[in-house]
Amino acid sequence: MNRLRLTRWLVSLPPTLFLLLFFVVPSLLMIVTSFRYPGEFGGLAPLSVPATGLAEEGSGLYGLTLETYRFFFSDILYAEIFLKSFAVATATTLICLVMAYPVAMLIARSAKKYRNLMVLLVVLPFASNFLIRIYAWMIILGPESTFSHLINSVLDVLGLEPVMLLFSPFAVLVGTVYVHLPFMILPLYTNLEKHDPVLLDAAQDLGANRWQRFWRVTWPQSLPGVFSGSALVFIPVLGMFAIPDILGGTGDILIGNLIKDQFLGTRDWPFGSTLSIMLTLAVLSVAGLATWFARSRTASSN
Amino acid sequence: MKRNNLTLWLAAIPVYAFLYIPLIVVVVYSFNDSRLNAEWVGFTLDWYYKLFNNGEMLLAARNSLIIAITASLLATVLGTMAGLAIHRYRLKVLPILAFTPIAMPEILLGVSLLLFFLQVLNLTLGMVSIIIAHTTFCIGFVAIIVRARLQGMDDSIFEAARDLGATPWQTFRLITLPLIMPAVAAGALMSFTLSIDDFVITFFTKGVGEPILPIQIYTMIKISVTPEVNAISTLLMLLTLALIILANRLDAGALRGE
Repeated sequence: MNRLRLTRWLVSLPPTLFLLLFFVVPSLLMIVTSFRYPGEFGGLAPLSVPATGLAEEGSGLYGLTLETYRFFFSDILYAEIFLKSFAVATATTLICLVMAYPVAMLIARSAKKYRNLMVLLVVLPFASNFLIRIYAWMIILGPESTFSHLINSVLDVLGLEPVMLLFSPFAVLVGTVYVHLPFMILPLYTNLEKHDPVLLDAAQDLGANRWQRFWRVTWPQSLPGVFSGSALVFIPVLGMFAIPDILGGTGDILIGNLIKDQFLGTRDWPFGSTLSIMLTLAVLSVAGLATWFARSRTASSN
Repeated sequence: MKRNNLTLWLAAIPVYAFLYIPLIVVVVYSFNDSRLNAEWVGFTLDWYYKLFNNGEMLLAARNSLIIAITASLLATVLGTMAGLAIHRYRLKVLPILAFTPIAMPEILLGVSLLLFFLQVLNLTLGMVSIIIAHTTFCIGFVAIIVRARLQGMDDSIFEAARDLGATPWQTFRLITLPLIMPAVAAGALMSFTLSIDDFVITFFTKGVGEPILPIQIYTMIKISVTPEVNAISTLLMLLTLALIILANRLDAGALRGE
């Protein structure tokens, strides 16, 4: 018996300790950091009263404070950037949903022997390097590209001003949709695959047309898949910084860019930590909502 | 039913095209004899020659390989342990520790590790900090794959081994490990792919020292877009493709399912 208990500890302790040290401790540290004062030259002000002699050099601030949180809520700019990030995440999720649904449905209704191949074809591009997938859109949306010329000649015919596709909110949306589309297709497909086709036949026999069959039979059953797919798209987009950084213009700043600037630009660690905690809270509430919706749907359909 | 499928095909084909056209464009322009990624001029391998004579880039590739190999080995050992422990012992804390880093936006792990390395460990950021960071988020992926494999198996074989007098270590070495080996290998390959591709967490834990591949690509994209980026992209795509095919052969169910 003792030997079994020893085995249990030997197996579970190393990963637990590693993750406690490199995941939990850093997260707690981030919370503590958000309550501290920034140092005069970046980093942090001392936590306790500085030793004599050093006190005159520093800003004289030390200890813990709610200052960064007050600052966050006092400037409307930060609320606006959070709202904008939510808007981009929402738009990305909706576009992904509209694009993913027919693909997931097609795979689920194809012959069994083709399904794995069709799923693999969805996953394959997403396995290539993240930066490369964004870079590809820099080429396609670039001012000299065939696609840009095409769009602008159409606009010209219509008598409209030419547009710059790259470095715009449009380019950011294309990038976020492109990078996250598989995360929507896969859970949707996993859900749709389980549907019993007999239900659709029954609906047809009862005189339901195609739209009625979709909206009253397929769609309600697929909601758990819709919610988990939406969470898998929405959450990473909310914390995105590389896509707006590369494809967006100077005005297309999201929460992620703000956080990046605090740590690698202005070096205001406490405010960067506060922003990260706000992002964490936003993510947790979205994840909680999605789980709750999915659960209540599954519960009511049983 | 037939007409329904036709509508679905019409809606799905543009989506598949949307997924593949950008990557095809990158590959095609890597062979294009023009500095601009704008129109096809003629075939060349110049960008690949340039790439292989770019010392900084080669060093970055070497560093990224070292990081990916070390991090995936560490994550495979720890993740396999975690997968076994979570499956066998109904643990409460370990699943949360292993799976949360996967579910959070990457930037949060990157930023908190940056604070931790600089404040607590007083570590100079570099290869070591990147390896630790990559291991942290890869453990969960390995654990998921290993656990999925264990869930599909009959636990009574382990009990049988015990009843026949095998020690826990013998059971592990002779029964468990050979059975979960495909999942362990698939987890290792997946960790390797995740590590070599990771940009966000690497960006925060890299420091200023050694060049690292994704950072190098990022800098090239930000400063000047040349087809050299297309060339390195094409090579990386080939590498990932080979790894995915390999992982898929090793454990057909593990990467897709659960």
